[in-house]
Amino acid sequence: MHDSRTAVASEIPQHPSIWRGKDLARTRVPGISTGFVSLDAELPGGGWPVSNLTEIMPTHEGIGELRFLSPALAALSQSGKYIAWINPPYLPYAPAIAAARIILQTVLIVKTAGARETLWAAEQALRANACGAVLVWPGPTVDYAALRRLQMAAEGSHTISFIFRPVSAGMTASPAPLRLRLETSCGDLAVQILKRRGNPASRPVVLAARELLPLPTETGYARNTVPSLDRHSSAGTAGGALPPSSLHA
Amino acid sequence: MQENAALALLPDLVIKSRDPSAETEAMFGLAAWASQFTPATALDLPSTLVLDVTASLKLFGKPEEIVRRLRTGLRELGFRSAWAVAPTASAACWFARMSQQFLIVDREILMQKISALPLGILKSAADLMRDFASLGLETIGDIQSLPRAGVSRRFGQELLAEIDRGTGQRPDPRTFFKPPAVFLAEIELPAEATQAEALLFASRRLLLQLEGFLIARSSGIERFTLKLLHRTSSSEVHVGMLSPSRDVEHFSRLLRERLGTSTLKEPVRALAIVADSVRPLRTDSGDLFIDESISIGNWKSLVDQLRSRLGEKSVHGLSAHSEHRPELASIPTDPGAIQLQLALEGRPLWMLEVPRPIKPVDQYPGTADRIQLVSGPERIESGWWDGRDFIRDYFVARTPDQSLLWIYQERPVASRGQKGSWYLQGIFS
Repeated sequence: MHDSRTAVASEIPQHPSIWRGKDLARTRVPGISTGFVSLDAELPGGGWPVSNLTEIMPTHEGIGELRFLSPALAALSQSGKYIAWINPPYLPYAPAIAAARIILQTVLIVKTAGARETLWAAEQALRANACGAVLVWPGPTVDYAALRRLQMAAEGSHTISFIFRPVSAGMTASPAPLRLRLETSCGDLAVQILKRRGNPASRPVVLAARELLPLPTETGYARNTVPSLDRHSSAGTAGGALPPSSLHA
Repeated sequence: MQENAALALLPDLVIKSRDPSAETEAMFGLAAWASQFTPATALDLPSTLVLDVTASLKLFGKPEEIVRRLRTGLRELGFRSAWAVAPTASAACWFARMSQQFLIVDREILMQKISALPLGILKSAADLMRDFASLGLETIGDIQSLPRAGVSRRFGQELLAEIDRGTGQRPDPRTFFKPPAVFLAEIELPAEATQAEALLFASRRLLLQLEGFLIARSSGIERFTLKLLHRTSSSEVHVGMLSPSRDVEHFSRLLRERLGTSTLKEPVRALAIVADSVRPLRTDSGDLFIDESISIGNWKSLVDQLRSRLGEKSVHGLSAHSEHRPELASIPTDPGAIQLQLALEGRPLWMLEVPRPIKPVDQYPGTADRIQLVSGPERIESGWWDGRDFIRDYFVARTPDQSLLWIYQERPVASRGQKGSWYLQGIFS
């Protein structure tokens, strides 16, 4: 009698229906693998959460904010699912997308005029439940209510959805259950998980630059003339917003 | 009643003149719509539609079912109707015109009902009504009881021929209606409309008519045009779809998005819908291992919906071209179109729409707060044949923030490759 009771007590912590505070939250539907073992291990569901909004906040452009999504996008597109790119800040470049193994046929690009249209298009894309992934660039300001609407739409879909926001948005509340800040660390990409279901993350997941494909091959170039970005150039507005800190040279 | 007499009784009366040509046009539209029930549809002008449903009974089951569908359909289209089903076309027309909504299959009952019909229903009796009255003849039965030879001598052969066509003793051939190749339907609004909602309501009737037209041809359309007729001018709203469709709900949704984004400059007097791109409708055969969570049909209607609000050009796919000049290697295309996976390693995912000039500075690389060239140069020299030729040396550069950029130095063709200005063209996001 006594023996069996202690046996039961020691089994309790292992029981699958008991959740412990130090665990990640469990999800009903497994996530879609990010393609990085170290990152999967830190995400509830073991990957990008399906039917939920994920916020991506890169500190600068061009640090790998799309490249680190490409393994998951490639896997989805190879299984025939469409990927909607809503209001991307620049022109997505077909040969590079193909090099990232994303099937070009599954690419749907939506250009919008203004944040309202962007959010509308994103909501339609999620509600239609017709895409494997939805990527949204809503611009600098999105209010909580609009994000809430998107999250509601995402909950009714089988889609993984990424919303790209400025790093300053990390200070404000958001209904997105997963929020990531992207930084660089010695040329590698550091993914800081600001919010996830379950216990909070303490340290960033560092993805080595060589893991982020496709990456231009480095040949150790050395040369005397080095250009700098000209902030006074009259035509300089064409490209949009580069990180301000890269403008001083 | 005289016009002034009516006005004396009701001073607020609005008098509208009857438009027979519009009525005929409406009948033609209804015939095209009704062709979805049987290809053997004929018009008996001014106001009767004859459908030979013998061959359609297998599909619809009972004649009652066809009648029910016809009547609900006509009501949705905004028409009131009386109907009758009979073994002969003429008899069915007579009963329907008398609003005797019979469903007769039995020939003996048909004979009884025909004899009870008043003579006024016969077309050939129009000039003979006075003679009939003086002889005390009122019903078709009265004529039938008289000797045939005498009747044809006195009233002409056509009278008996018409009755015989009704009873089935004489063949009753009809010319079947051929639906036109292009769909065009017009509707005049009861009052001038300024709201998109009112237009949507009215256009739904036209869309229902369009659906019938398409079912009859087992086709779909890829685009249609809504024409708005104002007082003095007219305007058009174009609606396009990714693949042929004939779903009224889908049409209405797309039209709603289109009307929602455009503003009406003038009140609308009348509407017309034109559809000329009639295509055979492919029914998607179900895939055995289809992923149920995401459907292709949803995707197509999503594209249509986005396009109808944002414009066709704002929603597109991408195709890669085998072309050395970066600007020409990535081209917008129709969403979902089959593409070659022309991959190019070492190219950025983001391209600037227009390369952005950057200022060259003589600096030694390696200093932490300067832009460094990581790889390059990669010479791209192409396009001498189309006048858009250039010579450029491309480099991958890293900013102090660790952003990777794709930049180039121009070597103007005219100055034989002398070093020129620097530009930023891509971002390795």
